[in-house]
Amino acid sequence: MLKFVARRLLQIVPVLLIVITITFFLIRLAPGGPFTDEKKYPPEVIECRNAYYGLNDSLPMQYLHYLGNVVKGNLGPCLQYRNRTVNEVIKETFPISFELGCWAMIYALALGLVFGIIAALRPNTLLDHIPMAAAMTGICLPAFVLGPLLILVFGLWLGLFNASGWEMATDRILPAITLGSVYAAYIARLSRSSMLEILPMDYIRTARAKGASELRVIVCHALKNAAIPVVSFLGPAFAGIVTGSFVVETIFQIPGMGKMFVTAAFNRDYFLLLGLIVFYAGLLVALNLIVDIVLVWLNPKIKIEA
Amino acid sequence: MKSSEIDATVSPVYTIEESFHDNAWQRLKMNRLAIVSLVFLILLSIICAIATWIAPYPYDLQNLAIGASSPSIRHWFGTDILGRDLLTRLLYGGQISLLVGLCATMVSLLIGVPYGMFSGYCGGKTDAFMMRIVDILYTLPFTILVIILMVVFGRNFLLLFAAIGAVEWLTMARIIRGDVLAVKEQTFIKAAVVLGLSQSRIIFRHILPNVLGTIIVYTTLTIPKVMLLEAFLSFLGLGVQPPMSSWGLLIRDGAEVMESHPWLLIFPGIIFSVTLFALNRLGDALRDALDPRFNKT
Repeated sequence: MLKFVARRLLQIVPVLLIVITITFFLIRLAPGGPFTDEKKYPPEVIECRNAYYGLNDSLPMQYLHYLGNVVKGNLGPCLQYRNRTVNEVIKETFPISFELGCWAMIYALALGLVFGIIAALRPNTLLDHIPMAAAMTGICLPAFVLGPLLILVFGLWLGLFNASGWEMATDRILPAITLGSVYAAYIARLSRSSMLEILPMDYIRTARAKGASELRVIVCHALKNAAIPVVSFLGPAFAGIVTGSFVVETIFQIPGMGKMFVTAAFNRDYFLLLGLIVFYAGLLVALNLIVDIVLVWLNPKIKIEA
Repeated sequence: MKSSEIDATVSPVYTIEESFHDNAWQRLKMNRLAIVSLVFLILLSIICAIATWIAPYPYDLQNLAIGASSPSIRHWFGTDILGRDLLTRLLYGGQISLLVGLCATMVSLLIGVPYGMFSGYCGGKTDAFMMRIVDILYTLPFTILVIILMVVFGRNFLLLFAAIGAVEWLTMARIIRGDVLAVKEQTFIKAAVVLGLSQSRIIFRHILPNVLGTIIVYTTLTIPKVMLLEAFLSFLGLGVQPPMSSWGLLIRDGAEVMESHPWLLIFPGIIFSVTLFALNRLGDALRDALDPRFNKT
């Protein structure tokens, strides 16, 4: 096990190297540059700035220089936000996105698993249709509809929550619901499907015959195997959710990381975008490692090699 | 595929394989909600496909004099800010959304399922290598990729399908791979190996039916995701351009004016939701009908 974890952690290095290489040259392919915006700087100013950030060197030189900095843990300066480094931006925005992502995930998991299990226990009855319909509503109402709708109802009409912002503890509720609903729907449907597959199996009958309580049969015996597709889904989903959502952060005016991804791409803020992607890649590989460990724990027969 | 399931008096001359699919169709037919969903989806596709002939107005006909008017006899679903008939725009938008949903999902299915099954079945080093490739592809910045594709190929509708499908297969591959890892350790697969069955036969005849449920469910989840992603891409400038529209774009536009002109959000929202409900009901019923262990009919 230790060897497996160690080898997988070592694999992060080549993965990151490839990600950096591809992204580095990919964003240079896109037209435009960090200083070509509507304000139309005089060419001397652009020249001067390019020189300052080392953007005049040959691409391979810049690439090597950047790699050297990354190895030292320095992700470079921001091109759009003067006087701030990429490290600082990540340090400021990630905790916010991470907290929001965790709340959203807790909400999605609790709702999704409960709905999925209830539906699977009574397939094709009202107890199946109603939770599944509720889950589907989460998909049918995309964030740019659900968010404003929740603000309108709970923020403006009922006045229960602030319409936007990130100050009080209750400010977490509406964004978390907006962000988590889609994931709740995915989890509900995936868990319903796999629970239906597991419940008629012999070992479930055996567990019931032994006299295990219904709750124990469902949670300890059935859910443990039925959770496999859900867990596989959760790895990338969690990486996506904690690095922030552009739409949700824009609607609720939350200073998170998701906005940074999109603005950096549009502003051609090379270093910021690269830095965010390196961070995201590391997180993703780590989370997928955790997923594989959990898969083996859920079903010890599964063999995964590094 | 238990032969004990098969009613010998109904299908005495079928081979086991045929009667399984026959049985699946029987079970699907028993599910009335699924049949209603199927009929609805077929009708909706036909209506959208022939929108050019049946739509009450041209989709880009503006009537600035009436502007955004609420539903009336002349305009059943009302009109948008520019006075364009919403029903007409929904029908035309349906063409785009259904086409994008179907094609992109097919692309993601055709890449993701074989990739995930192969990775899971081979296991070991191959699995580790293939999954690291998926990890790398996950991290590529989608927005930048789309911008570059747009510059290289211009505004190409087919490209939109390819771009969306090429992104959506990753999660599918990971989920299928996880399932296959578990299924291939079960005793009946071991038995199939011991019996000396060919690899492709084991994969397609023995493992595939056992992960089919997950595949169907995730496919029906991918379709709405793709339709909404299309709205995002169109927003960025790749794909559908005004005055043409899609359901995703109509919902997005409607969300911005939901307080003053609620019908502009409600009607596209309802059409979109009902379609997705039907799709998912059908998906669940298909899953149940094709489950080799699901005996309830």
